[in-house]
Amino acid sequence: MMASKITKQQVEHVAELAKLEFPKDELGKFTTQLGSIIDMFEDLTAVDTDGVEPMTSATDRVNVMREDKAVKATKEETEALLKNAPDEDGGYIRVPVIIDESEDGE
Amino acid sequence: MDFYQTDLSQLHNDLVNKKISASELTKATFDHIKANDDQVKAFLTLNEDAATKCAQEIDDAGIAADQLVSGVPLAVKDNILTKGLTTTAASKILENFNPVYDATVVDKLNQAGFINVGKTNLDEFAMGSSTENSAFFTTHNPWDLTRVPGGSSGGSAAAVAAGDVLGALGTDTGGSIRMPASFNGVVGMKPTYGRVSRWGIIAFGSSFDQVGWLTRTVKDNAYLTALIAGNDKHDMTSSLKEVPDWAAHLNDDTSVKGLKIAVPKEYYDDLNDDVKKVVKAALDHLESLGATVDKVSLPRTKYGVPAYYILASSEASSNLQRYDGIRYGFRAKDAKNLDEVYVKSRTEGFGEEVKRRIMLGTFSLSAGFYDAYFNKAAKVRRLIAQDFYKVFENYDLIIGATGATTAFKIGAEIDDPKTMYMNDVLTVPVNMAGLPAMSVPAGFSEKNGMPVGLQIIGKPFDEQTIYNAGYVFEQTTDFHKKAPKLGGQN
Repeated sequence: MMASKITKQQVEHVAELAKLEFPKDELGKFTTQLGSIIDMFEDLTAVDTDGVEPMTSATDRVNVMREDKAVKATKEETEALLKNAPDEDGGYIRVPVIIDESEDGE
Repeated sequence: MDFYQTDLSQLHNDLVNKKISASELTKATFDHIKANDDQVKAFLTLNEDAATKCAQEIDDAGIAADQLVSGVPLAVKDNILTKGLTTTAASKILENFNPVYDATVVDKLNQAGFINVGKTNLDEFAMGSSTENSAFFTTHNPWDLTRVPGGSSGGSAAAVAAGDVLGALGTDTGGSIRMPASFNGVVGMKPTYGRVSRWGIIAFGSSFDQVGWLTRTVKDNAYLTALIAGNDKHDMTSSLKEVPDWAAHLNDDTSVKGLKIAVPKEYYDDLNDDVKKVVKAALDHLESLGATVDKVSLPRTKYGVPAYYILASSEASSNLQRYDGIRYGFRAKDAKNLDEVYVKSRTEGFGEEVKRRIMLGTFSLSAGFYDAYFNKAAKVRRLIAQDFYKVFENYDLIIGATGATTAFKIGAEIDDPKTMYMNDVLTVPVNMAGLPAMSVPAGFSEKNGMPVGLQIIGKPFDEQTIYNAGYVFEQTTDFHKKAPKLGGQN
């Protein structure tokens, strides 16, 4: 396994992947906490796992299929769904511009 | 209504014989909750208007004679979807979320005629061991209001312990039903993975999550769990196996003669002295009733916590990607473009622990670290499961403590995530292997008077043997009859 100490730069990189942001003044504390948990993860290096298959589920069922058929929502269901949207207009969910116009010409 | 005076069958008889109506019962339940909950804070949302209406309808239609929960008030953990009733997972990101459908477990309860009194508090997205990670408030342990109720189903456990309801739904990803059950002196069963549908449960660690009940008695638990169990076309991991009528098959002769119990030293040796004393007495008691009790070892128990926190956090980081501020949930106000909507909504909407888990999971799955962390943990998971199966070749049940300590003080561990995670050391291995396990009240600490739970672990889909042993233990002891005195010395 790799070196156990995680750096602030690594934390910033992972935050970017996770779509999270940490203010500069919290980053140090968070990095230390994360580092100490990752140190605990390092305990696993002591376990001999040669030839062991990874286990990612505890179910005995595999590939349960349903018919590939769309189910139409009722008008009430659609309305109830849209009520949960943070910004809705005429039956559509509104989002901000996808491209920040201030970046034009860069 | 004081539920310490009754159980499900007795309540049902009273309803059928019109000693009390569903409406009177519902009103008494809300009166009781309102008198208590300023102190306990078990509930995030009370469903009083709808519950009152529902009770009236049930009174009008008549109590179903063959349906024990008809007209009975029960509570639901707030990470379980309830149509039209705010469901938050105790997160700001879902503060105003109104589900458009019921979870399968709620749907089944509705069909059985239960009264949904409200939604109970939890650690945000069920991530935590104390309810201190709730974005709204911390639930207090009814046995000692300065202590945590455990987590994540702390609201459900406290509601049952406070006598608000006979049963409350919980979820258990790494101990979230059993640990609060132990801390509150109530019964908590995590069924076998796949026994109960997860449809409509707000996902945390999908290969670990399982729904179950916190109840006052073992028999009520057996009955209620059977009611929500079974295959569901909406959850491909839900099992096709038949659901036995566990409550009907409980042993009435208070015998555990011939039952072969294994006690792993890892679930006994390192307990706090006060807990150990209670667990020892419980094991001696089971032995005196005819069970054989042998010491065994589950040598990889200590690797359960690190492996679990890699795997469950990885699954969480994936499951929680859906909270992006677009279709539902919280959206940050000042986002200028789409990427800012994602980042600001998640950063402002998630609490500290949830962010920590997302970070741990994203890290464990990221390029360059996947093999060393995620894959390694998944291999250790298989070894932990195999250790259990090996013991089960020779034994019927594995029994030990649910936790090494009793409920700790509010604020004692919240700034130290690693210590907090270690509370789960005896519960997470069970989720790794997908086994059924129940915590039953086993006594009280002589140090602080707080309840101690005995954890009974069974073979996959053998909930019956767990319920039988738990029932015999309960019927031959008095611990489940003790009620906390709110605000007083216990």
